[in-house]
Amino acid sequence: MAYSQPSLLSDALCLRKQAGVRVIAGGTDFYPALRPGEQTENVLDITRVGGLSDIKQTEDATRFGAAATWSNVVRADLPAAFDALKQAAREVGSLQIQNAGTIAGNICNASPAADGVPPLLALNAEVELASAARGTRILPLGEFITGVRQTVLREDELVTAIIVPKQHVRMTSGFEKLGSRRYLVISIAMTAVNILLDAQGKIADARVAVGSCSAVAQRLTALEARLIGQDPYKLRISQDDIASLTPIDDVRGAASYRFDAVRHQVQRAIHKAVTS
Amino acid sequence: MNKALSDTPVPFQLNGREAAPLVAPGQRLSEVLRESLSQRDVKIGCDAGDCGACTVLIDGDPVCACLTPAHQVAGRKVETVQGLNAQDPVATRLKQSFLDHGAAQCGICTPGMIVSAVALLRDVPAPTETQVQDALGGVLCRCTGYRKIIDAVMGAPAMATETAGQVGDAIQHLDGIEKVSAVVKYGDDVAPAGCLEVMVIRSPFARATFEIGDLEGFAQAAGLDAVLTVADVPGQNCFGVIPGFEDQPVFAERETRFRGEAVAALVGARDALRAIDPDVLPIVWTELPAAQDMGAAQSVSAAQLHKGRNNNVMCTGFVTCGDPEAALERAHVTVEGRFQSGFVEHAYIEPEAGFAELVDGRLEVHACTQAPVMDLDGLSLVLGLDRAKIRVVPTAVGGGFGAKLDMSVQPYLALAAIKTGKPVRLCYSRTESMQSSTKRHPCDITLRIGADEDGKLCGFDFRGSFDTGAYASWGPTVANRVPVHASGPYRVADYVAQAKGVHTNNPPSGAFRGFGVPQSAIAQESLFDELAEKLGMDALEFRIANALDNDVPTVCGQVFDQGVGIKSCLEALRPAWDLERAEAEGFNARNEKLKRGVGIASGWYGCGNTSLPNPSTIKCGIRADGSVVLHQGAMDIGQGANTVITQIFATALGVEAGQITRVGVDTDVTPDAGKTSASRQTFVSGNAARLSGKALRAAILERLNVAEDAVLGFRDREIHATDAAGSHVLTLSALAADEDGFVLRAEESYDPPTKPLDDNGQGHPYAQFGYAAHLAVVEVDTALGIVRPVKFVAAHDVGQAINPMLVEGQIHGGIAQGLGMALMEEYIPGRTENLHDYLIPTIGDIPPIEAIIIEEADAHGPFGAKGLGEHVLIPTAPALLNAIKHATGVRLYKGPATPSVVHEALKKSVMQ
Repeated sequence: MAYSQPSLLSDALCLRKQAGVRVIAGGTDFYPALRPGEQTENVLDITRVGGLSDIKQTEDATRFGAAATWSNVVRADLPAAFDALKQAAREVGSLQIQNAGTIAGNICNASPAADGVPPLLALNAEVELASAARGTRILPLGEFITGVRQTVLREDELVTAIIVPKQHVRMTSGFEKLGSRRYLVISIAMTAVNILLDAQGKIADARVAVGSCSAVAQRLTALEARLIGQDPYKLRISQDDIASLTPIDDVRGAASYRFDAVRHQVQRAIHKAVTS
Repeated sequence: MNKALSDTPVPFQLNGREAAPLVAPGQRLSEVLRESLSQRDVKIGCDAGDCGACTVLIDGDPVCACLTPAHQVAGRKVETVQGLNAQDPVATRLKQSFLDHGAAQCGICTPGMIVSAVALLRDVPAPTETQVQDALGGVLCRCTGYRKIIDAVMGAPAMATETAGQVGDAIQHLDGIEKVSAVVKYGDDVAPAGCLEVMVIRSPFARATFEIGDLEGFAQAAGLDAVLTVADVPGQNCFGVIPGFEDQPVFAERETRFRGEAVAALVGARDALRAIDPDVLPIVWTELPAAQDMGAAQSVSAAQLHKGRNNNVMCTGFVTCGDPEAALERAHVTVEGRFQSGFVEHAYIEPEAGFAELVDGRLEVHACTQAPVMDLDGLSLVLGLDRAKIRVVPTAVGGGFGAKLDMSVQPYLALAAIKTGKPVRLCYSRTESMQSSTKRHPCDITLRIGADEDGKLCGFDFRGSFDTGAYASWGPTVANRVPVHASGPYRVADYVAQAKGVHTNNPPSGAFRGFGVPQSAIAQESLFDELAEKLGMDALEFRIANALDNDVPTVCGQVFDQGVGIKSCLEALRPAWDLERAEAEGFNARNEKLKRGVGIASGWYGCGNTSLPNPSTIKCGIRADGSVVLHQGAMDIGQGANTVITQIFATALGVEAGQITRVGVDTDVTPDAGKTSASRQTFVSGNAARLSGKALRAAILERLNVAEDAVLGFRDREIHATDAAGSHVLTLSALAADEDGFVLRAEESYDPPTKPLDDNGQGHPYAQFGYAAHLAVVEVDTALGIVRPVKFVAAHDVGQAINPMLVEGQIHGGIAQGLGMALMEEYIPGRTENLHDYLIPTIGDIPPIEAIIIEEADAHGPFGAKGLGEHVLIPTAPALLNAIKHATGVRLYKGPATPSVVHEALKKSVMQ
């Protein structure tokens, strides 16, 4: 098949069945990961599949086509609950990368530092997978990514969409990314939050997701529970609140630093969310 | 492997024309544009989306062509910088604006910058600074410090609008038009498409023995043309840059000494080489224990890397005067500290690249280089070939900063061209470039300084070890220069400084803007702040009180009776120092977590070689048609030698720079103007150009018998001279032309007057020094440890600014590199071998820079000018570190000051 660019999803799924086929969309992770001497012979390009780049809002969900780019996300007309996702989209590499890199590519690459994952986790996003043989299945994002560069995507499957269930109309969100320079930077730590306040201005619902601080970005569910009923301006995030994180020491920063940084990030992301 | 069978034509619109190149599955758009469609205005710096040099527009949106499958553009519209320049009025304006601001230095990032900016300006005709930064944040530049690019895109008032002018005029880069038009050819742009290429096989281990199996058989099976091993090196299998220290093999023999060292090379067609997995090569590696830091290299159990260099000490440097021990003993206060730093990578956006062929039995090498004649000498040694049989024609250089002084691709290209008899090409991958090129020396410095009750320096004891890596490269220069400069530009009567270079199994450390002086300045300038604090003195006044001056001896006992400008530089910072500190105080009272700090630091740097000859020769002439030709052999690596040398020459001759026709650089054509290093080109080659211009003028005046102050005019086949006696005409057609086509000619050399250093380092190491002082303002987010530089004020004594716009360009670029070194850059072999793990500043990281040009004329400099290139980087890092201390109370002794490192230091200080 060499290089194919089907326009129908059914054709794409048929091609996907072939052994050794590699899926490409924006190419922003595909090419940097090539090893010297590695051949790119059987490539399935999904960017021309009809509708796969669309971002659509229905009665009960927002559907991001797998091949929607980060620039598509930035430009989409979305409620405030998606602000964190948009802020993250603007932090993906550079404008060049945002114009090519896709939302599904980001989750399939499964980097612990994937910018898109924390805001999608905080949105309770689900992943729609399709195969020619078994049709469609939908998984929570948290179950889709299983480890560093590991997902449950099967050999014959494609991610077709990211689906975000309808968010409360007053839900707001915020994103914080920490790097050693302004642009083109892999995060040392990042945090996305979605927050809903009650009529008294206390937290009624909270979702907090942290990336780059564990093999897979994670939701801090214990913290989320503790935040209910709290004043978002008088929060103190403790070491216990983030105890589920397992950051490592690497060239970007020490594990102890990440622990400290995340506590501040959570607080700042919540501030950002509630003041937006 | 039937690649060709699966190639398919991909029709798309390229720069307004229909194209349908054959494309292999997954082939990158960047490769198709450059190799199949001759669109070499698209530059490749990393092949990973990290540098943005390859930015093109697809249906109007900027993307990295290196990350775009070429098949994806079928039916779409692709625009490159050349197409935009030809067709888009926005691009035409931008091109002019880049010229007017000097926004292109080496020019390798310019295509990516202009393409990205066109996309922005189409949408937003009058963007804010933030919008410009967001739009250009994906394109890295290592030369300009970005500020002039921001100015150019925002359409700020221009500094230079023409190419006419003499010494002192801010004129455009004379070679700027080729750069902003993206027609200039860099190392990988000269080879014809389809020619043979070279692939270097490198060690995956810091230290290993290896057995090469049947590589010939492997190459034959893979359809390759040739194999190169040590057996193919006809001359000496070692090269180097310092006489007596030629120790680096073209191909390692038996054992490799650093990760990335070459052991063999393959020559073949591009596709055949690209298909080779290095892991399947018939080479058996046996990893050996490696010394990867200076401590390990000097331990008893360490293996010795080079014969005769016991304990892995390559060489040492030493300077002393007075009685430092007694002075420290009697000092009112003393301070001391241990300062360490890691490898810093040059990270020019153009990887090492070149092309070689045999022409009429002679070898011609076209590659990016800072030192064409040294390359020629090195090749002659390695090939065992008469110098007359080799021609080196440098390509444009996409950034050098010191690392392109050493040979890189040259020997492999030469060997491959000779063995195959065919033209060959080699461009390093980014990883290969980072693994194998030289680095800034990591250092481990212990320094103790004293001062008396009046705040005068009283004793200075400096001990520095520098990790010189596996080979000497410019390590001896670092060992010699550091003790001469470690005092900073201050009067230190009682001084001792020792430096030693230590071999490790790391990449060779070599020349990098400042040769070790930026590292020693961090120690000295940090401790000066500590001293001032202990004395209860103002940090700026303490420096001014101790600054060198005319008639005051340096630590080498050298006394300049003129030209010492450090006091003027420091005094120029006073207004900003008072203002910024007052503002910081107010800011800090208002903010709890965000803290502002102001720091200052000085620097000095001797221009040219240390007590060694380094002559430059410049030739010029007049052709019968009346054109004035300058053989300009001083490599322009973006710093502007083509412009500055021409301005000096034109002024000496008495014409405008824009009237001069430049020739070269080409070792067959241009005399040796030495290497572009040691901040010597403006000073040394500038003087040769001045003398040459003066001699040519004298020859003309003599022929016409006119007065010294005659005004010359070069016309069609005539020279006109006007003096008080009237107008005189020299008809050129009456004169015989020589083999260069010259009817009148001159050739002059200049070698700076220096005197050797004695055993105590006393003597006259340099004929001139340049001086600098920086002020940095930072904001530190104390919760997260993030340091955000807010502003720089940089005062530089350049003697005479030959071209103020280019002076500013050097200041901005040096500050950006100093900022990178201070805040984010650390090369770790095997870990940060790419431009997403090794971070250099982006356009969002460099704050506004106010450049103050001080002109304390130098008696030896051409028209009073001093060198500048390296000076700039020296005060930047210590000024930033002093600002961090001012903001937070925390002194950092080991960089870079990444958020994690700053946070850790803040935490420790709180616990204490």
